[in-house]
Amino acid sequence: VERTSLLKMMEISVAEAEKRTGKNAVNMQETYTVYLIETRPVDAASEGTNPVPDSLWRRYSEFELLRNYLLVTYPFSVVPPLPEKRAEFVWHKLSADNMDPDFVERRRVGLENFLLRVASHPDLSSDKIFYSFLTEENGWKETVFETGFQAKADSRLKALNATFRVKNPDKRFAEMKHYGDELQSVISQLLRVRARAADRLYGVYKVHGNYGRVFSEWSAIEKEMGDGLQSAGHHMDAYAASVDDILEEEEHYADQLKEYLFYADALRAVCRKHELTQYELEMAAQDLTSKKQQREELATGTIRTFSLKGMTSKLFGQETPEQREAKVKMLETQIEEGEELVKERNTECEEFVKSAWVDIERFKEQKDHDLREALISYAIMQISMCKKGIQVWNNAKECFSKM
Amino acid sequence: MLRLLSQQLRLNERDLHASVFGPGKDSKTDTSTTQTDGSSFNASMQTSPASMINQYKFEEEEEDADTKDIFVTVDNPESHVTAIETYITYRVETKTTRSEFDSSEFEVRRRYQDFLWLKGRLEEAHPTLIVHPLPEKFVMKGMVERFNEDFIETRRRALHKFLNKIAEHPIFSSSEDFKIFLTAGSGELTSHKKQGPGFLSRMGETVKAVAAAVRGVRNRPQEFTDMQEYAEAFSQKISSLDKVTQRIVREQKEYLEELKECGPTYALWSQSEQELAEPLKNVAGCVDNCCKETEEQVKHLNDHLIPVLHEYVLCADTLKAVLRRRDNIQADFEGKTEALATKKADRDADSKVLSLAWDSLVGRSPEEVKQQKQQKLKGEIKEMRDELDKAEDRLEWANNALKTDWTRWQKVMRTDLRSAFIDTAERNVSYYEKCLAVWESFLQSQRTDAEGNGNVDSS
Repeated sequence: VERTSLLKMMEISVAEAEKRTGKNAVNMQETYTVYLIETRPVDAASEGTNPVPDSLWRRYSEFELLRNYLLVTYPFSVVPPLPEKRAEFVWHKLSADNMDPDFVERRRVGLENFLLRVASHPDLSSDKIFYSFLTEENGWKETVFETGFQAKADSRLKALNATFRVKNPDKRFAEMKHYGDELQSVISQLLRVRARAADRLYGVYKVHGNYGRVFSEWSAIEKEMGDGLQSAGHHMDAYAASVDDILEEEEHYADQLKEYLFYADALRAVCRKHELTQYELEMAAQDLTSKKQQREELATGTIRTFSLKGMTSKLFGQETPEQREAKVKMLETQIEEGEELVKERNTECEEFVKSAWVDIERFKEQKDHDLREALISYAIMQISMCKKGIQVWNNAKECFSKM
Repeated sequence: MLRLLSQQLRLNERDLHASVFGPGKDSKTDTSTTQTDGSSFNASMQTSPASMINQYKFEEEEEDADTKDIFVTVDNPESHVTAIETYITYRVETKTTRSEFDSSEFEVRRRYQDFLWLKGRLEEAHPTLIVHPLPEKFVMKGMVERFNEDFIETRRRALHKFLNKIAEHPIFSSSEDFKIFLTAGSGELTSHKKQGPGFLSRMGETVKAVAAAVRGVRNRPQEFTDMQEYAEAFSQKISSLDKVTQRIVREQKEYLEELKECGPTYALWSQSEQELAEPLKNVAGCVDNCCKETEEQVKHLNDHLIPVLHEYVLCADTLKAVLRRRDNIQADFEGKTEALATKKADRDADSKVLSLAWDSLVGRSPEEVKQQKQQKLKGEIKEMRDELDKAEDRLEWANNALKTDWTRWQKVMRTDLRSAFIDTAERNVSYYEKCLAVWESFLQSQRTDAEGNGNVDSS
């Protein structure tokens, strides 16, 4: 976690979650969850005093609003994703219900993670709207809308979803977009397969609980074997129960993968934005070229470019020198404006490429680091699971020897 | 009815048989010991039921002192095709130092039918001893072909266990039929199988016993009722264990199916990455290794724990059958007791008026008729008395044999199941240890990588 200036100032956490009921936009009763955001000045702990942190409650939709604002305002940043809106890649025991306490808890963790990611981003962390999201409970929504980002949001959405052909995209961005596609596809597959395997593993462990029951019943009719069977049965029950913790931990690993599944989307959005700026540049350049050609034709009298005016003048007679003079002047103005536009768009494009690529590189490093850590923690989880298994079965073996 | 007689060091199956079913027709005068139906009766070797049981117990202690002198192996299944049928034979190899065997090593080929025959003979000779079960004739569930490799191997293992259980049993192992099974050439065995006046005479007894069973047992001693309850409960529990274990195997197999897709997904991912490619490939390898271990583990459950549990499910049925047979023997005794009492009542009652009338018609004097009647009754009563004595002996022998063998069986069951469960637990420990090693090596590789890159891994 990069120690940005914001994080040097304050500690951020999403401490709690609570259920609320209220009337929604269409005046209907609804139940929703709110999350407590706590902020605390960094030096408070070091001073030895432990003041009560500042806190406010936010609901998921407000986080979404914040993120949408960031997406529009910082198009060259790979904006950290939110935890999933609806539970996906669930296996049977896991609830798909948004109100389920386990889901709420995992969402709480995910929201905290989101805030920390934003707070540690070199560009996003200094955003005022973000700061007030953390500190101003009332009126924040209005402040966001006042920035007028919604208008930009709509057009941006339209642009990102449109199909257009870019002639000279930056190769790196094209590769990144392709990588984003692959990453999304492979992580989805991994999450699906993992969820199914978790389901099956749950079944294996739980069936062992039946051993516990039968051993216990059997021990009642045996004399010498009774004690050994009974205690072995307890270990089988413990074994069956242990899978709940194991799979809860694995769910945390799944959440880490999910974050990068959604990050892939953010990455692709940046690449798409590049395509858009490049496209706009190419359109402006194309337009300029066509205008220059028109001017040349007018000057030399040759018609290479088709224009309705030109055709009509052919049909209905040549235009007067005054008319031609006026046209040329207009074109000159347009060409001047066009060249300005091209310059502008070119600068825009270059700056975008520069900033975006910086953030993409930052993202790559973060991704490589985080995912490697995730794989390591997965291995540690597996080791812990194996150790538990060894312990249980060694205990059971001892009990069996006493049969 | 108890006869105190000389003790002998090793029980002879023929003698036991004789005391259960009485001397065969031909054997009263035959003192030779070579009758192949096993029903010969040697006067000098007659022992009482009580003393026989003492010897049985004595035998058991001797066995425990590690004096195994016979080793039997079943292996090498071969397919035989004839015009009529196709069947499998197994090689049965015996190594022994026992004196009744002509040689110390034997090798014969036997088919499933032969094993069935042997089991039948042992059960007939010892209706209240517990014979270890044979694998079933054919598997009902699924489309298991008789000559499927796994099926043959499972059957071979069960047949091997069966013979070894017979060899370890103090009474069964000295059975003549057992010896012939182990040593006779196929022609000899076939002709031995065909001989069976013993079988027919026993049929007679069985029929009588079945008839008695219809009446039911009146005064079953509490200990046998306790055994009955135990057998019922044990049967339920062991069947449950069998089902639970089979369910575990099913769930494990389904888990394995899903797990098999994880490794390749990690591998696929690694192809899109640069820095992450190596750890991802590594993880893919680890998951694949764990898959292999899981596969081995499932196989072990299938090949070791499930067959043992299954054997004991069949054993539970044997226990119930043995108790039923004992009940039949007791019912037979009770029936004969009742019949004798009735006959005696007849004898003590006054002559009936009707018969006198008939007899006077026929031309005999009342006195004469009465005398004749009394004579006849006396004869009948004597015969019934003898039959009753034999039935009582049979019952006492059956009860004692059952009690002793029951204790023996419980010990063996305890040993078998204990070692099967210990074996399973050990296998599970080993499975987790292997998986642990796989993941630890991954961690190790990541640590060395980190050190190599100049990062210090703080985890």
